[in-house]
Amino acid sequence: MLEISNLHASIAGKEILKGINFSVKEGEVHAIMGPNGSGKSTLAQVLAGHEAYDVDLEKSRVTFLGQDLLDLPAEERARLGLFLAFQYPVEIPGISNSYFLQAAMNEIRKSRGLDELDAMDFDELLQEKMKMVEIDPGFASRAVNAGFSGGEKKRNEILQLAVLEPRLAILDETDSGLDIDALRIVSEGVNRLRSPNRAFILVTHYQRLLDYIVPDFVHVLYKGRIVKSGGRELALELEEKGYDWIRTEEDAGAPV
Amino acid sequence: MRGQAVPTTTTEAPVFDLTREHFLRDMRRLAETPAPVWLKKLRMDGETLFAGTAFPHTKMEEWRETNLAPLVETPYYSMTGLPRHTLAGFDTAPCRVDGWINLVFVDGFFDAAVSDASLLPYGAHAGSLAQAMTGPAEKIVQKHLGSCLGKRSAYTALNTAFIQDGPFLYVPQGVELDRPVNFICIATERQENVAAHYRGLFVLDAMARATVAVTCISMGAGGNHFDNVVEEVVIGDGAALTRCEIIDAGATGRRLCTTETRQGRDSRLESFSITLGGAIVRNQLCVMLDGPGAEAHLNGLYLNAEAGLVDNNLHLTHAATNCTSRIAYKGVLDGTSRSVFTGRVLVVPHAQKTDSVQLNNNLILSDTARVETRPQLEIYADDVKCTHGATVGPPPPEIVFYFRSRGVDEKTARGMLTYGFAEDLAGRIPDPALRQKVDGIIYRRFSPGING
Repeated sequence: MLEISNLHASIAGKEILKGINFSVKEGEVHAIMGPNGSGKSTLAQVLAGHEAYDVDLEKSRVTFLGQDLLDLPAEERARLGLFLAFQYPVEIPGISNSYFLQAAMNEIRKSRGLDELDAMDFDELLQEKMKMVEIDPGFASRAVNAGFSGGEKKRNEILQLAVLEPRLAILDETDSGLDIDALRIVSEGVNRLRSPNRAFILVTHYQRLLDYIVPDFVHVLYKGRIVKSGGRELALELEEKGYDWIRTEEDAGAPV
Repeated sequence: MRGQAVPTTTTEAPVFDLTREHFLRDMRRLAETPAPVWLKKLRMDGETLFAGTAFPHTKMEEWRETNLAPLVETPYYSMTGLPRHTLAGFDTAPCRVDGWINLVFVDGFFDAAVSDASLLPYGAHAGSLAQAMTGPAEKIVQKHLGSCLGKRSAYTALNTAFIQDGPFLYVPQGVELDRPVNFICIATERQENVAAHYRGLFVLDAMARATVAVTCISMGAGGNHFDNVVEEVVIGDGAALTRCEIIDAGATGRRLCTTETRQGRDSRLESFSITLGGAIVRNQLCVMLDGPGAEAHLNGLYLNAEAGLVDNNLHLTHAATNCTSRIAYKGVLDGTSRSVFTGRVLVVPHAQKTDSVQLNNNLILSDTARVETRPQLEIYADDVKCTHGATVGPPPPEIVFYFRSRGVDEKTARGMLTYGFAEDLAGRIPDPALRQKVDGIIYRRFSPGING
């Protein structure tokens, strides 16, 4: 469903992604791991369509569900079924969670030629999804992320994921800053949303998340390239040896 | 005279003589009508002050960013010699609040025919200043009228010279009004340039409580009308007032309003000032925290759509110990509109333990809108906490991207953000009926059509 080939991207003239290649099929869970500054979050943001990054359109090809993803503005990527759970979800004072999510859902439905949901039907759906990710019903009327704790913000991202039901969800360090209880709730939410026609990309610094959400593939990102790919065991090896293992190996044998 | 560039040594150009002459002529006309002696004297003091005071101009520090030239250059007819208009089928329903006491004023004068009969606790009065001055409440009016007003400008003096009618509220000691009072002020459409000199007086004796709204609206697009308003507000020891003004002067209407508030010990003011439109609107709010422990929460929202100028001018004086003030004004500016915000906080030498916070946040939706924001802190006590902050800018791009990543395009996102920005303030209005009314106005203006 997602094919990335030779993806190059830079910000303010500095190249961050230096030729990323991998593909994701329906139902798969991919983990992207790597030390700080390796380009993990950049990859997530570029796929979601953040315009702060310059993608080298000469070299890079990304297709999503048969469409040229790099050609689409962020909102059309979302309507097509791509979702990014933010590492740092923004606060939106004055706009309630339910108003925000209803607007998002109806934009997506409109683009697919479906009828918009009215407030009552939407509320019913929202309450059901909130129960699923163990969020207090009172959060529906609270302003988006305003005054939420770190854990609440991350859970709120998973709630949006549950409501919008994307085909591909990218979770950008959703585990960072979570205590064990919050991590369990977030992971269980994600596991419930796994399905044969939905794929996930988990961007994470730590192996810990992968104890809860078991990936099919693990990729290690270092200095803007994927330097190792493998199954779940790669994450365990990385946990054991630490990122210095990658650094030593790569920096010693680096061809350039 | 008009249009000639005559060199002059006085503080204003002679081109304004006609404006002044118009007002003075109408004052003479008013002097011929019967009135209590004390009132005639008060008006005469206003007239004398007006005659000797220059009209505001941009070389005066306080008016540096607020060019009143279009107003000053217009000779107005005051309502002394003109026939009164009726509402003639104009629907006041959108201004009314169900379950409240709705009192209607037309071009500055009370219209009993379209007002609710006031059902107030014994001793309380809500209605017309004109009736109060000549009725059982005369002593109350006489005691307080003019008591709060400092020497402000030629226009406040002008208002005093024309005191005739306006909103009046009196709540005796320990009484709590069981329902809010809504003063609806309507400017009718007229051929002439008409000035309405509303004079309001709100008095809460010790431990009294009330919620009041002042809703100002123009028939038609705003016409040539000019509301020149002065309000005096006395909040006694331990009393609490919630006051909300909603101002829509239309695209061409002009309004200058000075509200002077004096607060006693442990009293509380919760003020909301909402400006929806007008060619020139100036809301001057002066609050004197005169007794220890007094608290003032001053909230403002201004939504300038096209070419209007809104000037919110706050003068807050901490004159006693342990007083608290919170100023939170927010604005949304579009088109070529302009906003001026001045937050002057004065802390006198003995006002220790003062706690004051002021914020002015502006959301700019066009490249041609302009904002001036001026915090002015003057602190003469040493044990105080005074902070201020201001923001001016378009909707933050990282928030817009968050919307887009959820499938909502930039235009819709900006609309929703603007709604949220304004709603954040409206959400603080304590009275549910009033909050709903203000929320509805904001929603209709900004929110893109999603099913709600």
